Amino acid sequence: MAELRQNPLVEIEGLKVHFPIHAGVFRRHIGDVKAVDDVSLQIYEGETLGLVGESGCGKSTVGRAVIRLYELTDGHIKIDGRDISHAGADELRPMRPAMQMIFQDPQASLNPRMTVSAIIGEPLDEHQSLSPSERIARIYELMDQVGLNRSFANRYPHEFSGGQRQRIGIARALALNPKFIVCDEPIAALDVSIQAQVVNLLEELQKKFGLTYLFISHDLSMIRHIADRVAVMYLGKIVELAPRDDLYADPAHPYTQALLSAVPEPDPEHEAKRQHIILEGDVPSPSNPPQGCNFCTRCPKAMDICHEIEPSFHAVGDGRYAACHLLEDR
Amino acid sequence: MPDEGTAVLDVKDLTTVFQTRQGNVHAVNAVSFELQPGELLGVVGESGSGKSVTMMSLIGLLPSPPAKVAAGHVRFANSDLLKVSDEQLRSVRGAEIGFIFQDPMTSLNPVFTVGFQLMEPLRGHMGLTKAQARARAAELLDLVGISDAKRRLSDFPHQFSGGMRQRVMIAIALACDPKVLIADEPTTALDVTIQAQILELVKELRHKLGMSIVWITHDLGVIAGIADRVMVMYGGQVVEQAPVRELFANPQHPYTKALLETIPSVRGARPEKLQVIEGQPPILYDFPRSCSFSDRCAHAFESCRSQNPPAFAVGADHTVSCHWNAEAGAPRNG
Repeated sequence: MAELRQNPLVEIEGLKVHFPIHAGVFRRHIGDVKAVDDVSLQIYEGETLGLVGESGCGKSTVGRAVIRLYELTDGHIKIDGRDISHAGADELRPMRPAMQMIFQDPQASLNPRMTVSAIIGEPLDEHQSLSPSERIARIYELMDQVGLNRSFANRYPHEFSGGQRQRIGIARALALNPKFIVCDEPIAALDVSIQAQVVNLLEELQKKFGLTYLFISHDLSMIRHIADRVAVMYLGKIVELAPRDDLYADPAHPYTQALLSAVPEPDPEHEAKRQHIILEGDVPSPSNPPQGCNFCTRCPKAMDICHEIEPSFHAVGDGRYAACHLLEDR
Repeated sequence: MPDEGTAVLDVKDLTTVFQTRQGNVHAVNAVSFELQPGELLGVVGESGSGKSVTMMSLIGLLPSPPAKVAAGHVRFANSDLLKVSDEQLRSVRGAEIGFIFQDPMTSLNPVFTVGFQLMEPLRGHMGLTKAQARARAAELLDLVGISDAKRRLSDFPHQFSGGMRQRVMIAIALACDPKVLIADEPTTALDVTIQAQILELVKELRHKLGMSIVWITHDLGVIAGIADRVMVMYGGQVVEQAPVRELFANPQHPYTKALLETIPSVRGARPEKLQVIEGQPPILYDFPRSCSFSDRCAHAFESCRSQNPPAFAVGADHTVSCHWNAEAGAPRNG
């Protein structure tokens, strides 16, 4: 993978997505939910970037904003060299085939009134003009690639199990030969034994088609398996970005340390000896983030400066970045 | 009150059937287990393995129809919970057996204050006056680590965060000093850092209050951290049960082994490819006559398809329902 690193496919620069809060009789604008607040990232061609964080930290919003399912409040997004940050619907449409998305809930993201072949064929109808025989041949090819039996083509989503439904969603995302796929918690709704099947499928497809993934998840152990680099989000900001092995071996940011320490491990001997870092309290509201560092209200290592000045997101080693005052001199 | 050393809860051959239009679904098939005083029993299994339905049926929480507890005995405090009257069952539920559900948002009533919901079991079961109940409720909130407890009693559930709501649920379940606490995936809906807080709280409360806990989860990591003994369920049956260290160090059932191998870890070697269990869990339209894991099992042979394996003892307090002897690498004799 290292030699591929030179070529960024997706460049995110100072991304902000704020959702306005309206209240009162006149629906006055009284504030913003700062779902994503100044995020900068690069995703290299052929890699999987894992994006982890707790619920409400803005990871899904980043995923959706990157392929412009949300309007940006500020910042720039470049995909494959083209700036799409303010592109209109007509400009975006021809670019959609290159960027696709796999959703969390396969139940909700598939139309219950469409057959599998209609679901997988819909992007083909929208973006390509195939003859009926070419179209069905392509649908069968896609079903083979994701491991769905061809004889199921005329069935409806409710006839499938969760793992198979997710395969339908993956086939639909693959239909137009995308370069970049945003996977928004694709395995969160599945059972453990089924999760592994879907993750292995995603990895095979990546190798075969040279796909680039933004893999959003709250499951740190699964991210460790699938991602090449990992970005950790907290309250709308990225607190740490590092190659996978470095991040898990030696987490730099206190939040990453706490997050890793909180993951229970399937090893009773080790669990008995382990000292967990237990964070106090809850995540503050993104409409009213604390002054200074966003993590200062829960950080076990918070200093005076953390409550006043926001730490910058800076390099702390080879390919590693973090936003923490403790790491300023590193 | 049973003597020290005898089980608080003794379940024998519990069988629950759902009557649906497609036919009868056998969700729980002859499940037997015991719960010792002060013990934390972990119950693991995938969705649909019958772990929640088992616990719900033994205290009569399933709507009937469609559910029907077809057979079995549940001995709790010298009576059989499947035979007692509804009124008696009501006096056990919430008082002697506490329940915590998965989703703290939907299991609290949004139109009543947290204080009211905490005081309800205290006044109903223990006959406390309003003032006594209020004092006890504040004590309970304090016990589960909610600061400023007195004032927060008059707050509504939506004013609490997810983790705090789960603490409230725990407080309600603990209100009447239950002998047994049944926790159904209590941390699944929570974030890892909040889950760590709740796990820490449960460990602490266990030592303080000395009750027995049944902890249902699909997360083997959580089980490894808190359980004393583990019961693995598949297809509505207990396929393996053992003390926690024994189970993780020496799993005997192919399903348990596969389950332990499929989960990635945040530590140790990172495999190139994840192990998978091929196929899907079964839907049981009939009482199982064969091993329900045999379709997905690498070791399956004729006996597995013709005969449902009984529980074999394979070590101290370790039983496994499998025809394959994993230690010898051959079919079990007899």
